[in-house]
Amino acid sequence: MGKRAAIIGTGQTYCKSIRRDVNGQELINEAVTRALEDAELTIDDIDGVVIGNMDHFEGINYVDCWSIDGSGGFMKPTMKLCTGGTTGTTLGIGGYHMVASGMFEKLLVIGWEKNSESDTTGAIVTATDPILDRGVMAGALAGLAIEASEYAAAYGATSKDAARVSVRDRKHACNNPYAHLRKEVTIEEVLNSPVISDPLRLLDMCPRTDGACAVIYASEEVAEKICPQPAWVVKTANRHCYSRFADIKGQTSMLSLTTAAKELWAKTGIKEPLKEIDVVEMYQPYSWGGLIWFEDMGFCKKGEGPKYIWDGVTDMGGECPVNPSGGVISTNPIGATGLIRCAEVAHQIMGKAGDRQVPDVELALATGFGGCFWSDMILYSKNKPA
Amino acid sequence: MSKENEQEIELLTVHSRTDVEQVFRYSAGRYLNRFLVEMRDNARIMGVKCPKCGIVYAPPKEICDPCYAEMTEPVEVGPEGTIRNFTILRAPFVDPETGQAKPVPYAFGNVELDGAGSLIQNFLLTDDDSKIKVGARVKIEFHEERTGNMRDIKGFRLID
Ligand SMILES: [Zn+2]
Repeated sequence: MGKRAAIIGTGQTYCKSIRRDVNGQELINEAVTRALEDAELTIDDIDGVVIGNMDHFEGINYVDCWSIDGSGGFMKPTMKLCTGGTTGTTLGIGGYHMVASGMFEKLLVIGWEKNSESDTTGAIVTATDPILDRGVMAGALAGLAIEASEYAAAYGATSKDAARVSVRDRKHACNNPYAHLRKEVTIEEVLNSPVISDPLRLLDMCPRTDGACAVIYASEEVAEKICPQPAWVVKTANRHCYSRFADIKGQTSMLSLTTAAKELWAKTGIKEPLKEIDVVEMYQPYSWGGLIWFEDMGFCKKGEGPKYIWDGVTDMGGECPVNPSGGVISTNPIGATGLIRCAEVAHQIMGKAGDRQVPDVELALATGFGGCFWSDMILYSKNKPA
Repeated sequence: MSKENEQEIELLTVHSRTDVEQVFRYSAGRYLNRFLVEMRDNARIMGVKCPKCGIVYAPPKEICDPCYAEMTEPVEVGPEGTIRNFTILRAPFVDPETGQAKPVPYAFGNVELDGAGSLIQNFLLTDDDSKIKVGARVKIEFHEERTGNMRDIKGFRLID
């Protein structure tokens, strides 16, 4: 097993549809500067840099080199990790692995996206099989719509149930100065918004966002010395599945997520996630994911997601608040999005989450979702793992 | 640069050229090659069966992922099948294959062809969108002119 490692500082940029005031490198620098300030470190303290995004969005293929101005990686070991939608949580897991290996002491991890610089759906289509899947496939939007169609047919969940998830996340976003969409929506507004891919409506979906996030991992030798409350990694789990969209059969639950969750709970001895986990930041880019994937992780039984959502169990003040940041439905700079989940739960553990702080957070879960329905999970703790 | 300056200076976005084409040439591979040739010459769908778990993959591929087994036995599937999931895409976007706006709305879904254990995605063809449901029956339709490409499939026509 590796050494213990913890997040000791995080930085996020302000997020908008188009951050026309900055280019990619400047956006990255904004997040890095804030993370260094948060950790009370300078770039000289950093002994390695890992960076990721959806490289086909900006059409810049050597992002590790190209971003050096903003990342501070000049004359440091620097590499990129890009895994599509899960890029941010892959960065969270990969960064942890590098520090846990004992080879790095203070590692800077960066996820970013200038989503405005190309056509998001068109770019995502290029992630699918060139011969089989590109003729009819329409990016994440359609992939998620077909999942919702199958889940709804199996369990009878309705668009109104899903709308309640959007209402929750958009309400939570009002507490988060870094969120992109900071305006509440009602059930009626969600249900009256235009259908963009049946059964999904505009307000069921995440926006396209320009934004960046950076976190700093530190090794067990230094974390407690330089940070009053590190956010320790307890365990991680991740699963990939088939490469072809059409091979993903039976989308009433996500195979990669149910499998990753089983592994994570087995590794950590968690029996009742709903009771034991204090806060969750899900990579949930559409409302239905707040039902389907919440069930798949074992927070409730299959088909019971709507009941838990309506009962307020996942609202701020509920038994297990989900997405206090406003989540992905409020802010989605894709390459940064998974890492924002890690940064948000780290600040929850550190007690630095401001107006979106959940009281007494000891165990916090960050998840990642990507492309062909694959899943990442990272459990963070206030307490140094045994 | 101070925030004040941003108010004074016009903020530019520099566009890449859109009048250039970069064409990719993908090898179909041993399995898809047979599939595409059968579709082009005989207007039929040939899958392949996993020797371990027995699942028939259509379109075919070399490896059954859960078994990590090489598949060798060709099996014809279809032409009818069942819709397993679907959507009607209404949001406009640029098709990276053509550089042109995709003609929305269009219905597409994943269909389990009779005899297959995997799904195949394509357009759903009907005069009445309300008939498109999970579990509805469909029949594959091919174009008259076929070139050995997934676009040889016109789509899946809903049948009563
Ligand atoms: Zn098999």
